[in-house]
Amino acid sequence: MTLSTELRPPRLRAADLLPVATGGLRTRRARLLLSILGIAIGISAIVAVLGITRSSQADLLARLDRLGTNLMTVFNGSNLSGREVPLPATAALTIRHTEGVEAVAPTAELDGIGVYRSDLIPPQITGGLSVRAADSSLVPTLRGATLVGKHLDEMIGGYPVTVLGHAAAKTLGIADLSGTPRVWIGGRWYTVIGILRPLELAAEIDRSALIGFPSAARDFGHNGRPSRIYVRSRTERTQAVSELLARAANPRSPHEVAVSRPSDALTARLEVADSATALFVGLGAVALLVGGVGIANVMIVSVLERRAEIGLRRALGAARRHVAAQFILESLLLGFAGGVVGVLAGAVITCVVAAGRGWQVLIPPEALGGGLVTAVAIGTLSGIYPAMRAASVPPTEALRTS
Amino acid sequence: MTAVLDVREAWKVYPGTPPVESVRGVSFTVERGELTTVVGASGSGKTTLLNLAAGLDRPTSGTIRIAGHPIENLSDRMLSGLRAHRLGVVFQRFHLLTHLSVTDNVAMGLLYRGVPAGLRRAAASEALERVGLSHRAGHRADRLSGGEQQRVAIARAVVGRPELVFADEPTGNLDSVSGAGVLELLGELNRDGTTIVVITHDAKVAAAGRRLIEMRDGRIVRDSGGTP
Ligand SMILES: Nc1ncnc2c1ncn2[C@@H]1O[C@H](COP(=O)(O)OP(=O)(O)O)[C@@H](O)[C@H]1O
Ligand SMILES: [Mg+2]
Repeated sequence: MTLSTELRPPRLRAADLLPVATGGLRTRRARLLLSILGIAIGISAIVAVLGITRSSQADLLARLDRLGTNLMTVFNGSNLSGREVPLPATAALTIRHTEGVEAVAPTAELDGIGVYRSDLIPPQITGGLSVRAADSSLVPTLRGATLVGKHLDEMIGGYPVTVLGHAAAKTLGIADLSGTPRVWIGGRWYTVIGILRPLELAAEIDRSALIGFPSAARDFGHNGRPSRIYVRSRTERTQAVSELLARAANPRSPHEVAVSRPSDALTARLEVADSATALFVGLGAVALLVGGVGIANVMIVSVLERRAEIGLRRALGAARRHVAAQFILESLLLGFAGGVVGVLAGAVITCVVAAGRGWQVLIPPEALGGGLVTAVAIGTLSGIYPAMRAASVPPTEALRTS
Repeated sequence: MTAVLDVREAWKVYPGTPPVESVRGVSFTVERGELTTVVGASGSGKTTLLNLAAGLDRPTSGTIRIAGHPIENLSDRMLSGLRAHRLGVVFQRFHLLTHLSVTDNVAMGLLYRGVPAGLRRAAASEALERVGLSHRAGHRADRLSGGEQQRVAIARAVVGRPELVFADEPTGNLDSVSGAGVLELLGELNRDGTTIVVITHDAKVAAAGRRLIEMRDGRIVRDSGGTP
């Protein structure tokens, strides 16, 4: 009879805690589904925002990588009619001899010349397109590519042929080279021999018809002075080169020269995306807070409804800590379920949006892991007060008959 | 040998204006193997007394020893341990978990002893055999009749072979036939060696008990056996 005098505390095996906690979840399913909605929405919003931002940034970074951050444009400002003002004739040559410069492509906007689909269109209807003289250095310098046909090279530069920028071809209604399309440039027919792919860092070329400098000189009396020069430098020298370009291009009045770096616009978008993310993650956090309150609310109601069950468990020998653990775990599981739903929904939203924009899907793993951990933490915290209420239900509750 | 249960001058006063004296200086002892029936009108303090004797509540004054341990010295946790390891309780309202099977409900009687699930189930099957419900083992608890549910609850109370089993009006929610069956079962379990205290307000039930304690207004007014 030594055994019968020994006092032992009650014990709930860890392996039994999970079924005990899920037992409470198996009943009242509809209400529980609603209770995890807040967490699911909050987590999915955060995961989706981080995923979409990361995917778009990855896309921007890939484009920046492809396009390079070492392209600069040099131009001399615009006149009153919005046309570019010519630089000195020697500008391209001087720039080419500047330390750190890898490639130079001079272009000249032809003042007062438009490009038209036919000779019947009034000259003032330019469609926002311009005509530019360029040479074979242009497309390599911009890292552009031809969509169809070829780029004008020096050999055919003297013939009445033109290469259209992507937007210009679209505006003129020319999709390919079938039927040898011609365009009406400054009172002459030019044969279209190529169409370029879109140029992200040089929108003005996109909207231009390009002809060779010899044609420009012969047909329109152009003096060969460039109005805009594209410069590629060695990447690590970009900053230094950009500071030298104005003086190199126009030594007499360097202050008139504007040097810009088109990739700056893309870089700026990376930063804009970051600040937008912070805003949406903040909104998601508010949804999480509301979700946590929702879970706490459902758990408190559950404790009130289950006083008899709690009394029974205490009568069967459960200590307060066992009851508390049961309800904390139940709440934790609710948070976890909300987290799983939220992470999955967020990932799906990211995939749909990224696919729609043609981005590569990139969901940061820390958003997935962090989303789950956050949801579990919120579920657990929300369960603390209800669990304390549950643990304080007295064992005598089991014997109440009313 | 020490008594399984020893209640000395136990008082339970619920605060209020005026305070409710539900149990007023009750003393009695239960020896191993006894079947004790507590009778009394509704409101005479039977349930309050059971709460004290089964370690579910603490007396306002007086001493209660369960299996030799004075409960006033025990922490809530150790008192819970006493309930888990030494006591079984049967309730008027069965208190089965409806989403669990009959076997799992019975096995719950060992849950807070830390017995592994497999052993709990084996013990539950054996207990179901003792109450004659082996054939309903796999059913959901709420598919059973009231009499069957109460027998499941009894199986849950005795599954760990506790030293003392309490039953508070176990026939209160049953028709007379099922009620008689439940009392017969308690009698059988007692003949097999289980110490039982049954509470009832039903005089017929009282006649079936060997030892009778009668309560009125929170006091014992008659005790047919044992030492007061
Ligand atoms: N928690 C409580 N608070 C206040 N009074 C109570 C409480 N529990 C029981 N009582 C009172 O104690 C008396 C005895 O109740 P009870 O023990 O349930 O009697 P019985 O089980 O014999 O019907 C009743 O007057 C009841 O109202
Ligand atoms: Mg009662």
